[in-house]
Amino acid sequence: MAARKRSGLSTGFTIFQYIICIILAILSLLPFIIMLVNATRSSSEIQANAISFIPGKSLLTNYKVFDGKSFNPWTGFINSAIISVCATACTIYFSTLTAYTLVAYDWKAKKAFFALIMCVLMIPGQVTAIGFYQFMYKVGLVNSFIPLILPAIAAPATVFFMRQYMLPSLSMEIVQSARIDGAGEFRIFNQIVLPLMKPAMATQAIFSFVATWNALFIPLILLIDRKKWTMPIMVAQLQGDMYKTEYGAVYLALVMTVLPLFVVYFLLSKYIIAGVALGGVKE
Amino acid sequence: MNKSQRHLKGLSYAKYGYLFAIPFIVIFLIFQLYPTLYTAFIGFTDMKGVNPVHVLDHPFDNFKDIVHNQTFLKSLRNTVVIWIMNFIPQITLALILTAWFTSRTSKLKGQGFFKVVFYMPNIITAATIAILFSTLFGFPTGPVNQLLKSWGIRATAFDFMTSKSASKLIVAFIQFWTWYGNTMILLVSGVLGISPDIYEAADIDGANGVQTFFRITLPNLKTVLLYTLITSMIGGLNMFDIPLLFNRGGPDGATTTASVFIYQVAFTGTNLYYRAAAASMVLFVIVLILSAILFYLMRDKDAIAMEKMKKAERKKHKMKERRGF
Repeated sequence: MAARKRSGLSTGFTIFQYIICIILAILSLLPFIIMLVNATRSSSEIQANAISFIPGKSLLTNYKVFDGKSFNPWTGFINSAIISVCATACTIYFSTLTAYTLVAYDWKAKKAFFALIMCVLMIPGQVTAIGFYQFMYKVGLVNSFIPLILPAIAAPATVFFMRQYMLPSLSMEIVQSARIDGAGEFRIFNQIVLPLMKPAMATQAIFSFVATWNALFIPLILLIDRKKWTMPIMVAQLQGDMYKTEYGAVYLALVMTVLPLFVVYFLLSKYIIAGVALGGVKE
Repeated sequence: MNKSQRHLKGLSYAKYGYLFAIPFIVIFLIFQLYPTLYTAFIGFTDMKGVNPVHVLDHPFDNFKDIVHNQTFLKSLRNTVVIWIMNFIPQITLALILTAWFTSRTSKLKGQGFFKVVFYMPNIITAATIAILFSTLFGFPTGPVNQLLKSWGIRATAFDFMTSKSASKLIVAFIQFWTWYGNTMILLVSGVLGISPDIYEAADIDGANGVQTFFRITLPNLKTVLLYTLITSMIGGLNMFDIPLLFNRGGPDGATTTASVFIYQVAFTGTNLYYRAAAASMVLFVIVLILSAILFYLMRDKDAIAMEKMKKAERKKHKMKERRGF
């Protein structure tokens, strides 16, 4: 009797759990669904009824609103793609190289170097932005992609991750036998170590790419020329009065800024979730 | 390979260690260390707009001014308030979901799907999310207002954008909404890292689910929880995209966070770089202190555990020796 009562209770509780999870899932998805559907509806349709799950026929009309205004999704897309791809390549390659110096070699300053990496791990770009901007202004690199790409070479968090991954997986025997075969140190890194690190590099590449793609603060202060604007700066333009009544166009613009991220996420979500989980496991 | 041999081999290759560390060090010096020092230096000057720059006669004036600057203090308060309003529900919900998702008595189905969906907002551009929400909460015909009216919760549309508390609440909600999935995944992986033996022992002792969660899961999650707390604090201190783009830091500065303050002071209007630099340094010191705490807590744990193990080992040894002889 008591057992039956308890199982009845637990079934009830399980149903409750599912209800909460489904509500949260709706909460996560609904804003994006509204955004996607409204991107295809006209502004007057949206004003009359803002929530609809039936796509409209105004996609092209909404798209034409962008003509001659500051929001230019294609320019933003290309600029963001250039910066994100280059910065990600820099982060991945040089972080692996830096991790390799920490794992494979015994050098005197290694401990101090690792401590330095741990110290700057947490410092965000925002708090040094004033000096960074003034410095770039003086050397004439405002409106250039260089200050958005080169700093990616020194990415402490990625170095830390790569080191943790490399410690157990890199066998020094392989490196030694390559040395005996007469391979140079740099060649050993490029041809033996890099391929071993592929899984870790892929995970870090996703996170580095997304973080660069989404960055707003530094690009916003450095890129003044419209032709150089990245996607998030384009998004920021939508707040302007020009778009006040163009509801459909604003939704479409938002869709265009996140479409590449949605594609990346739903193709790679398994790896992304696994990567996030790794971040929490200490050591 | 014995120790001295390894040492010798290591030594002969040591120069490569330095060589391969050069790119990181050079870029770090140019793009991180120098801008940091330069920001601190600007804090001691009267730099604004494009005028010539002088070091102040009383170099610490800017710093004295900034810690008494009402707008800056208000922005710090806003940052803390919004962070707390986001963090408490975030960690609570994440813990509840973690307990459900790792429960050993009832396996929830579709966990993979739920994780993917809960985490999704975290990967979407924050700027886009901010504008999306300001559109969703639009007045008078935004989707939220239409919902409130059609469900009969409100008779007339509510202007969220001109209400200070509503704006704060929505910014906090967006932060909560984008981060609880991330926190939950971290906590779940923390729980999966706890040794199953402990749970088995608890089962044998007849502990129920609630007892197990509070007596075993929570204490063992301490490090992960601390990590989440401090990284969230540092992230929260730098909250920028969402408050700036949701309502331009308004209304009446209600959602102006410290980062938004620095941005507005330095890069809009009169370009008071010296004031923004002083504010940056205050923020920088806070972040440094928080990182130091995190670093200390995480490191100490390991060291203490190692020390304990060593001690226990030594004790065992001694006991054995005593027994042996």
